[in-house]
Amino acid sequence: MSLLEVEDLRVRFSRKGGPTTTAVDGVSFSVDAGEVVGLVGESGCGKSVTSLAVMGLLPRRGTTVTGSVRFDGTDLLTLSPGQLARRRGSDLAMVFQDPMTSLNPVLTLGRQLTEVLRTHTGMNRSAAKKEAVELLGRVGIPDPRRRAGEYPHQLSGGMRQRVLIAIALACTPRLIIADEPTTALDVTIQAQVLDLLTALVRESGTAMVLITHDLGVVAGTCDRVNVLYAGRVVEQAGKRELFAEPRHRYTTGLLNAVPRVDAPEGTALQPVPGSVRDLLPWAQGCAFSPRCGVADEGCRSGEIALSGSEHGAGHRARCVHPAEVGV
Amino acid sequence: MSAVDVLGTPAPAEATGEAGAGPWLSAWRRLRRNPSGIVGAVIVLVFVLVAIAAPLLAPYRPATSEWFGEVTPTTVPGPSDEHLLGLDSFGSDLLTQLIYGARSSLVIGVVSTAIGLAAGAVLGILAGGIGGKVDTIVMRVVDVLLSIPALLLAVSVAALLGRGSFSIMLAISAAQVPIFARLLRASLLAQRGQDYVVALRSLGLRQRRIVVGHMLPNSLGPVLVQATLTLATAVIEVAALSFLGLGDPNPAVAEWGRMLVTAQDRLDQAPHLALYPGIAIAITALGFTLLGEALREALDPRSSR
Amino acid sequence: MNDVLLSVRDLAVHYPIRSGILQRTVGAVKAVDGVSLEVPRGTTYGLVGESGCGKSTLGRAVLRLSEPTAGSVHIGGQDLLALRPEALRRERRRLQMVFQDPLASLDPRQTVESALTEPMAVHGLPGGPSAWRTRVRGLLDRVGLPSNAGSKYPHEFSGGQRQRVGIARALVLDPELLVADEPVSALDVSVQAQVLVLLEELQRDLGLTYLVIAHDLAVVKHVSTTVGVMYLGGLVEEGPSGPLYARPLHPYTRALLSAAPVPDPVAEAKRERILLTGDLPSPADPPSGCRFRTRCPWVQPTRCHEERPQLRVVDGHTADQKVACHFAEDIEAGRILPREVAPAA
Repeated sequence: MSLLEVEDLRVRFSRKGGPTTTAVDGVSFSVDAGEVVGLVGESGCGKSVTSLAVMGLLPRRGTTVTGSVRFDGTDLLTLSPGQLARRRGSDLAMVFQDPMTSLNPVLTLGRQLTEVLRTHTGMNRSAAKKEAVELLGRVGIPDPRRRAGEYPHQLSGGMRQRVLIAIALACTPRLIIADEPTTALDVTIQAQVLDLLTALVRESGTAMVLITHDLGVVAGTCDRVNVLYAGRVVEQAGKRELFAEPRHRYTTGLLNAVPRVDAPEGTALQPVPGSVRDLLPWAQGCAFSPRCGVADEGCRSGEIALSGSEHGAGHRARCVHPAEVGV
Repeated sequence: MSAVDVLGTPAPAEATGEAGAGPWLSAWRRLRRNPSGIVGAVIVLVFVLVAIAAPLLAPYRPATSEWFGEVTPTTVPGPSDEHLLGLDSFGSDLLTQLIYGARSSLVIGVVSTAIGLAAGAVLGILAGGIGGKVDTIVMRVVDVLLSIPALLLAVSVAALLGRGSFSIMLAISAAQVPIFARLLRASLLAQRGQDYVVALRSLGLRQRRIVVGHMLPNSLGPVLVQATLTLATAVIEVAALSFLGLGDPNPAVAEWGRMLVTAQDRLDQAPHLALYPGIAIAITALGFTLLGEALREALDPRSSR
Repeated sequence: MNDVLLSVRDLAVHYPIRSGILQRTVGAVKAVDGVSLEVPRGTTYGLVGESGCGKSTLGRAVLRLSEPTAGSVHIGGQDLLALRPEALRRERRRLQMVFQDPLASLDPRQTVESALTEPMAVHGLPGGPSAWRTRVRGLLDRVGLPSNAGSKYPHEFSGGQRQRVGIARALVLDPELLVADEPVSALDVSVQAQVLVLLEELQRDLGLTYLVIAHDLAVVKHVSTTVGVMYLGGLVEEGPSGPLYARPLHPYTRALLSAAPVPDPVAEAKRERILLTGDLPSPADPPSGCRFRTRCPWVQPTRCHEERPQLRVVDGHTADQKVACHFAEDIEAGRILPREVAPAA
């Protein structure tokens, strides 16, 4: 049984006197212990909302969440806020995108760490302090004892992100969800933080869900990948299969549209026409069909399932006309 | 990305039915949907209509003291067929006084806010638009004005200028000037760093055109909100100044604040003489405040739609 | 086409740091500190670097949207910094900017049509309002926007469409030079390519010259003829984009390229990371000598501390690839080895 099993997750937001938006429209994926699973997509695909739904961090008012999020057998969506809070930090932890706003600016870093430690493990103050310093050291912060007494604004972006990782790892959770953890960082720092994250995760056997829009980051860090579009998973595969033999036209479109530092000179980019706002509701066919070069009538009617034993083990695509191998 | 960010992303305009809507139209639609805003707007509307249509609505002429004969040192005639609310202590019809009182408050409130806004805006635009030494000098003047409590400032100005409605107007506006000055200066400064101002410069637009044609219109929102809220306090301040004895020398004048003052002598006999104008002041101020707050929400693009 | 449209010499932009009650100047933030570059007409110069390197400041200084502290900027022979305000204003027709965030760079209260016709009115373009409106419609069509786009407001468009509006506005006065400051970084990945392709087409059709500023190495590689790498206010390497990316010479360029993620798991698994020590130094107090020495894995005890290296040609490379490193040849040949660097941000 997988550590995390998300099944048919749907999240709807209704605003006061306004329309209902479906941010997540039937997302299913799983994460086994110790593996890194990527959720890739652009704006509006629902990847962030999915992660917040799993963690139970969505606001209560105006939000409807259906489906199931089974963590180690227990459906998190059925837990009370109190029960969920106990699991957060100790079983499930999250690393957010912007380290500056995710850290409390008026508390020292040491304090933010000891708070998490004492809440979930009941350590006394001095034990927690020691553990906090050790954690800071493990995430590669030099002179951790001094740094523990410093405030977020005294650190650089990369260091702050390391502190966020330390906080997430403090109680050795079984699963970490990292939502665009390096998007706000410079590329040299990004490389280091990603390396750190993957090393720590492998070392402690923690599973990770990595949310990103950057296919390069996925290629370097994930074991399995889920590509999301308009609130649903459109392709699911192991990392090598996804990049070597992408099936869904959105995946192939993205791969052809992204500039690469290692591309031969004179390579032309092939843009994906339209934008994420040109979409067909999933109930009426494939949401990507307005932008797809090979869409036909079959793509514009009925529900299209995530299928594909023919693509190879564990490789599924929600596509009526998937790309052939070698394209 | 925090939950707030994710949910704060506005839906595409089409989805919210606001396609083709400029910022003012969108704001208007948001305002319509706000219940407290509607309540405020209704109150303000009623107030304004009563003030404007006073001669048509009021049964009699104001401050005539026509029925002074019916007032005795120990009684004030209460409601009757000819006088729906009775008389005031000077023998004028109470209902008429109340209705015309709205007119006084409206006129004084609007005029003083207008003067305060105009003077404050000029100072604020000079400070924010020109910057440098001009900014420093103007803002120090504004600081001095702000450091004096508003009512005290108003009283001082009124005392200097003598009694009368006009001096009240100037007095109240004196206290508004620094508020509007700061508001406009802050708005201009905030916009100066924005990309669209840099873009307009790169297109070769002159500074004056950028400030007047672009930055000022974008500042209108907060100014409008502030003006509405200022009107609320102006209504109260007019009453306060009258209460303190500044303003129209005629004690029988139809002005809510003055009515409160004169009602003091008869508080045990006829408490309603104070109650009615008091309630009128409170409700009017409330109406403007509700409207102002609703306007602020409606004009803020980040508030939940 | 050898004629140089943009020529920048020893440009410096320093912001004074004031302190104390009397606001005395106690130092300066050297955002741009001695940059020279040339962009021939019809080509694209890509300026790349991480945050704090000064590339955005340079872009604005080139257009004189920030006043340079020293140095010179020549556009087609015309000395931009010598112009008086009114002449500068008129000269702006030739130089335009495309901004990173199209929502922030458009007046939210103006319709697209109004935003595009206003500059024409201000500069007194011939024809009058109806001719201007026709030109606007043509431009909107050229950048791939629907014909009814003119009557809409900025917030009604998607990110990619808004950027197209920004590009259309930059073209309205028929400029020669376009400075694009992070033109695609605020856009979705699938839309970035659309805008990049559009920019390429426009350059071909209208003979435009671009200065593209970006932090994304792949984007810069794709659009640029020549690439300049900036670090802490100065250029550390410059060259034609193919050779520079294939054989980077400066340690910083090598570190950058080794860190840029590539959407290919095989390549990612094989790549070797060059790690940098320490933090970015403050631009108010840059290191003496070579500014990169505090983080360079190849730093040497001689020269790096005292002498600030100038951009120079390197043996074995073409004359158009220049590096600001005392030991570029030794590093490339492997005669100097990098130190072991423990990971730390």
